[in-house]
Amino acid sequence: MTTSVATVNESGVFGHLATEGLDATHGVVLYLEDISVSFDGFKALNKLTLSIDVGELRCVIGPNGAGKTTMMDVITGKTRPDQGSAFFGQSIDLARLSEAQIAHAGIGRKFQKPTIFEHHSVFENLELAMKADKRVRKTLFSVLSSSEKDSIAETMKKIRLDDSSDRIAGLLSHGQKQWLEIGMLLMQEPRLLLLDEPVAGMSEEETERTGELFLSLAGKHSLVVVEHDMAFIGKIARKVTVLHEGSVLAEGSMSKVQNDPKVIEVYLGR
Amino acid sequence: MSVVFGRIYTMRDWFFVGLASLTVFVIVPILSLVVSQDSTFHVSQYWVTLIGKIMCYAIVAIAMDLVWGYTGILSLGHGLFFALGGYAMGMYLMRQIGREGQYQSDLPDFMVFLDWKELPWQWWYTDQFWWALLLVVLVPGLLALVFGFFAFRSRVKGVYFSIITQALTFAAMLLFFRNATGFGGNNGFTDFKSILGLPITTPETRMILFTLTGAALIGTLLLGRWIVTSKFGRVLTAIRDAETRVAFCGYNTVYYKLAIFVLSAMICGIAGALYVPQVGIINPSEMSPANSIEIAIWVAVGGRGTLSGAILGAGLVNYAKSFFTQAFPEYWLYALGLIFIFVTLFLPQGVMGLLRKNK
Repeated sequence: MTTSVATVNESGVFGHLATEGLDATHGVVLYLEDISVSFDGFKALNKLTLSIDVGELRCVIGPNGAGKTTMMDVITGKTRPDQGSAFFGQSIDLARLSEAQIAHAGIGRKFQKPTIFEHHSVFENLELAMKADKRVRKTLFSVLSSSEKDSIAETMKKIRLDDSSDRIAGLLSHGQKQWLEIGMLLMQEPRLLLLDEPVAGMSEEETERTGELFLSLAGKHSLVVVEHDMAFIGKIARKVTVLHEGSVLAEGSMSKVQNDPKVIEVYLGR
Repeated sequence: MSVVFGRIYTMRDWFFVGLASLTVFVIVPILSLVVSQDSTFHVSQYWVTLIGKIMCYAIVAIAMDLVWGYTGILSLGHGLFFALGGYAMGMYLMRQIGREGQYQSDLPDFMVFLDWKELPWQWWYTDQFWWALLLVVLVPGLLALVFGFFAFRSRVKGVYFSIITQALTFAAMLLFFRNATGFGGNNGFTDFKSILGLPITTPETRMILFTLTGAALIGTLLLGRWIVTSKFGRVLTAIRDAETRVAFCGYNTVYYKLAIFVLSAMICGIAGALYVPQVGIINPSEMSPANSIEIAIWVAVGGRGTLSGAILGAGLVNYAKSFFTQAFPEYWLYALGLIFIFVTLFLPQGVMGLLRKNK
């Protein structure tokens, strides 16, 4: 959907990334205010205001073109907002950081289509994603410590791929790829996880397990889940945000949102 | 350190390195210098030069493979870096001629011919060997750094990057064709007499250059293996397969691409510097776009993404080239084109892929 090339802030010195600590003292991990983005006149986001609390599991739903993916693009620095501000915690202005810097600051993103490194093994995929000094020189001389190996093994267990450590990731099933990508996000030890349609193409059993995994992650991490699968949302949702035409249409518990006449009209009406 | 190296290089690697070292440092020198010319085992000057030349190309092929096969950046301007290294060495060799040139002047002959009275600034200190060596790596490295920085930062990718690099080497060729640029115009440099005081055409000097080239090739291979087995190397292949994901993992891909591109350019410079004293000439035709495309063909033929494949490809294509250009000179480019089409259609993994499949 987004084809525009974002201008990237290159304030980093050679290979260095500015990493500030996340200041979430007020209990808010992400704060979007009045964000607008338009592509060739089409308003993908229209004065979107949204905040996510620390440890929250938030589900975002909305019809096609409601701006869900664009919202994630803005948060991760792939697209720059025309207007408005995006803050990570109290102090980190996302509009001024590059994609890599945002990832470093603690925001992990799972794409709609699973994107993993197809020619690397499961272990290597997780190793590359692992939180570490990611500058060129440090990476060139990097040797895995035993605690790092342990944390990779732990994540492999969490995503149930512990018996496929040396398997080439391209050979995994679709569901396993989705899980591997989630595992890669976890290796980055993010404070905020953005998950774009995480259960798309998963079997019922895999979907179930994914729901369990997310529920166990909430609290330690903040999660934003964008999903079409209403049954899945119903199982994990605590607070749901409905997007429509680039702004928030309704927000609240699943039952409240489902009974909101505006939501019913958008989904069923016309 | 030994633990680290134990993991990177397998016994098989060391076996091949040992075999290559034995060939380059012992067998060929003995067969060429000690064994009498009448013996069937004698390696003639022609072969020493041809193999030396091909080893230079193999170094370039490894450098190309690191950026193309492993990182997915198809540079079609690597011939430029090779030529720049060659020109840097050529300048030193021109200065070594001294007053032995046709015009018996301190200045290189072409400058006398152009009626120049003093050395232009590009030539300062080029009579110093150490400075020439620095230029050999610094000039290609700096050019790659500046060009790569802007290209990668602007997210120029794929075919666009390839076309821009073609344009770059073409522009450089036109620049070097001009006499006013100060590098001998379309004639380039030739008629070298000596290197570090040694006469350049004697079999002994040729053999020293040959073994140095062999050492450089083995060194490049070991360096390349170390890079591709490091985490840095895994990031490079990850960039090739899913660059956006790498960026979202927190890697600044611009600097990774820049690092490997610059290193690759410097390796090409070294190969060019070893090439020029062996073939005895450097001129702007080395910068022609076709030369750079040929480098990509070597790697494609041998097998992208395998270092030994790059060496194999450079060897096979260039051996075929030296055969063709003697037997049917006018058909070489057709043959090259056919080889490329054949490999692209039937051997996407190159000859290495074929070997691996049959194992």
